[in-house]
Amino acid sequence: MKRVAVVGASLAGVRAAQELRAQGYDAGIVLIGEEPHLPYDRPPLSKAFLAGTASPASLELLDAGDLASLALDFRLGVRATALEPSNRRVLLSDGGSVHADGVVIATGGRARTLPGFEGAHTLRTLDDAVALRSSLVPGVRVAIVGAGFIGAEVASTCRSLGLDVVVLEALAAPLAPVLGPSLAAVCARLHRDHGTDLRCGVAVAGMDAAGVHLADGSLVPADVVVTGVGMTPATDWLAGSGLKVGDGVHTDAGLVTSLPSVVAVGDVARYHAGGTGRRHEHWTNASEQAPVAVANLLAGRTTRTYEPSGYVWSDQYSGTLQLAGHPRPDDTLSYVDGDPASSSFVAAFQRDGETVGVFALNNAKLFNRLRRQALRRPATV
Amino acid sequence: MIRACTVDELPPGESVRIPGAPAVAVFHTEAGELYAIDDTCTHQDASLADGWLEGCFVECPLHAALFDLRTGVPTCLPAKEPVRTYPVLVDDGVVYVQGVAGEDAA
Repeated sequence: MKRVAVVGASLAGVRAAQELRAQGYDAGIVLIGEEPHLPYDRPPLSKAFLAGTASPASLELLDAGDLASLALDFRLGVRATALEPSNRRVLLSDGGSVHADGVVIATGGRARTLPGFEGAHTLRTLDDAVALRSSLVPGVRVAIVGAGFIGAEVASTCRSLGLDVVVLEALAAPLAPVLGPSLAAVCARLHRDHGTDLRCGVAVAGMDAAGVHLADGSLVPADVVVTGVGMTPATDWLAGSGLKVGDGVHTDAGLVTSLPSVVAVGDVARYHAGGTGRRHEHWTNASEQAPVAVANLLAGRTTRTYEPSGYVWSDQYSGTLQLAGHPRPDDTLSYVDGDPASSSFVAAFQRDGETVGVFALNNAKLFNRLRRQALRRPATV
Repeated sequence: MIRACTVDELPPGESVRIPGAPAVAVFHTEAGELYAIDDTCTHQDASLADGWLEGCFVECPLHAALFDLRTGVPTCLPAKEPVRTYPVLVDDGVVYVQGVAGEDAA
């Protein structure tokens, strides 16, 4: 291969570029990014960066030494508009194109929006965070639609800035389909303990200058509205490519698409394992998939398959939440240390007598011990 | 130089956090080597003494940044900045860390 195009310049794309070099690929790498910025890390966008305590420079994924050693050919501020496998070309929004023998699809996704919420903030990109931060001036009332990780983290940061916050959640409790009722209640408690007005089981209808209108006709007064209702995988540019898309780019268990010269990583990759397609929207997943996808790309066939760790973290208020494994809400939950009312605990999800997940609030040491022992994860490679 | 602990208090595979400014973490590897580094991960506030020790690397307990105990240099994201390393001395069964001002570990 003389040139690989990595489409998407966030964590998954950067990790793929790093892995290409680490695995001995020494020819050209073109890194295509829709945003004008050099690659940056997203987790702080809802936390320290939004709070104003982290600078844009602190988010950068690659320092000057990395940039020199990786020797990437950056195409920033342009979007990939099409993939033409027969011509081995990626077409770009500026009218140009890149010829590439191998392609890594790392296009992530776009924040979902809600009808009737024109003018609401979303939080996925650096520019989103800059815009939201500039509106978080003293005295504003913030309404957040969605109590998932992003919604909860933004609520937490807004409270740390001293703002009044209402969180509107459609579910009966935050993250209940992921964590189950007991841990969802813990997440709800974190909001309430820190003065956030969390309202669950609420249907929103729209927003205007007065605030958020609910389906029951009531109004939640707000000056700033944030929607945190998930993302849509960015696959529109692959129409006509022949690749199978639909809630992500479909791949085999080794992140290889129907074309051996095209792999997918990160939020956009929908890999098939055990008969079902799975997609993860986590930092760790984006990082862990790169070595597997790149090895298979360089081999020209699937030699390795992806084993997700299911590791997710979230910092909310005074709590660091950590989850590993692939629990279901109907698994049996047992508290290994502490209890749901404590400020620190570790819980294990069990199914058919086996531990399938570990969750911790402010107990990283025990969490990691259990995660390795119970989930039989190999040590970091 | 500060007293960290006795050798007996730090078996192979274990670590100890010495409070102070900065706090320091001392590790005893399975191979029998002793290393001391700044305890706080350079990525986000987390105690590396709580991390997972594997060979002469420690993994941050929060976000899995991996630090080389010999150099303090992170080998993977999300950490980018190195942690400081300190020479370790053993004298008469007691572990001392050089070049750091701090309280003795309890």
